[in-house]
Amino acid sequence: MNNEKLKLISEEGIRIDGRRLEELRPLKIEIGVLDKSDGSAYVELGRTKIFAAVFGPREVHPKHLALPDRAILNCRYHMTSFSVDERKPLGMTRREIELSKVIREALESVVFLEEFPRTSIDVYVEVIQADGGTRTAGLTAASLALAEAGIPMADLVAAVAIGKVEGHLVLDLCDIEDKYGEADMPIAMAPRLNSIVLLQLNGRLMKEEFRKALELAKKGILEIYQKQRDALRKKYSEASLMEV
Amino acid sequence: MSISQMKKSLTARIVQEKIYNLLMQGRRLDGRSPTDIRPINIVTGLVEKADGSALVSMGGTKILVGIKAEVGSPYSDRPREGSFTVNAELLPLASISFEPGPPDERGVELARVVDRSIRESKCIDLEKLCLIEGEKAYILFIDIYVLDYDGNYYDPSTIAVLAALATARIPRYEVVNGKVQKTGEYFNLQLQSLPFTVTFGIIKEKFLVDPQIEEESALDVSLIIGVDEKDNVVSIQKNSPGLIPENLLEQMIETASEKSKFIRQKFSEALNVRNQNEQG
Repeated sequence: MNNEKLKLISEEGIRIDGRRLEELRPLKIEIGVLDKSDGSAYVELGRTKIFAAVFGPREVHPKHLALPDRAILNCRYHMTSFSVDERKPLGMTRREIELSKVIREALESVVFLEEFPRTSIDVYVEVIQADGGTRTAGLTAASLALAEAGIPMADLVAAVAIGKVEGHLVLDLCDIEDKYGEADMPIAMAPRLNSIVLLQLNGRLMKEEFRKALELAKKGILEIYQKQRDALRKKYSEASLMEV
Repeated sequence: MSISQMKKSLTARIVQEKIYNLLMQGRRLDGRSPTDIRPINIVTGLVEKADGSALVSMGGTKILVGIKAEVGSPYSDRPREGSFTVNAELLPLASISFEPGPPDERGVELARVVDRSIRESKCIDLEKLCLIEGEKAYILFIDIYVLDYDGNYYDPSTIAVLAALATARIPRYEVVNGKVQKTGEYFNLQLQSLPFTVTFGIIKEKFLVDPQIEEESALDVSLIIGVDEKDNVVSIQKNSPGLIPENLLEQMIETASEKSKFIRQKFSEALNVRNQNEQG
């Protein structure tokens, strides 16, 4: 089995799921999908499916965590036990703890927390199916949920993962490309500010490839950003099916 | 649940102004230039009961790493390989900002970033750590303890882990009639790569490396970049809130490559001296 060479990219530059190297998976965005939260969004990026919901600004629990000059941002990135091939044990894994932190930090970079002192803004990201790029799709969803909750931000956050697979840089890598590829670099940007709000690299990239990876990420991010804005406009210009 | 950390205090903002003004002149609070790394000191083999250990200081930050090897089952998806796990604890004696209890998100992040550099650079030859395919293999427990925290615990932790690995003497087991037993001999891990991380702090449009604690609390944002000896970037982690100006990234990658070379040289010197002492 190990000797069998899995071919992820064909001679013609077509990926295992039929995409070209610089092609995103089909992206579906729904805003306002969960009624009890103050803002929510559902993002589907290929087979990766994620809900994000925001509560707040609301009273802080426990109270001593409240900050006098701004809101605190809580973030929980969590995967359902059935979201992955092998059942994930209940509770938070170390990976989930780390991703909660980097997602929170990305959002904190754009949310005007000082508008809501002594409150908390709680962001929940639930991965219901994971097929690569969950932290980035989760961020894309979380920033939309924040927008729907009416929380002021310097910009929306759009995010995508760049991968290196069989020597090629690819946009938006899926799970199998992540598993067998050489590198996974999730990036989130606030495009309007020309700034990076999340950046990680898991894998090996040559120094020279880095610039190209960044450019490719930007291309994908701008595409996602546009779809985020379209989805928000659509939400407020016509009744969505979810509301009927 | 990940919760916002305290905002920069007023004093931190005043310090930031000061640090920024110094950076504009190419200087730092402690007299370093923006891309100078604090003095590195490496002591290995301090803990005899560990199979490998290292105490590393980078300026005022001290890290202790110990390695224990055990024999266990390989992962089912990697039946021909041994494995390793990295854990990190920010000990309460290292700083008033560290509290007792299980590792919080900072400890988890430290462990995972170090793990990432070691794993992605394929520094440990895991296939050599297999004893019986699918059944028995060595498992290395790599534990990081922050003993004294004066800013930037990432870079010295990576150095300490590599120093402990490079000098580790792992008890050798052998397979007799399908069972594993200790031989009483030891073997060295032949490291295949030396990936060192470099931590960056950014204030406005300026960056510095290896922030010391006063600087750390004043940074707008920070970033860790790991580079191996072949100039591959093997790990990146933005580890604080804030915006990284896009146009700074390439310059930082370049600097990370230079600085990791510098650390690699210091590392080799320190370990060579040790080897000579042992022989002499």
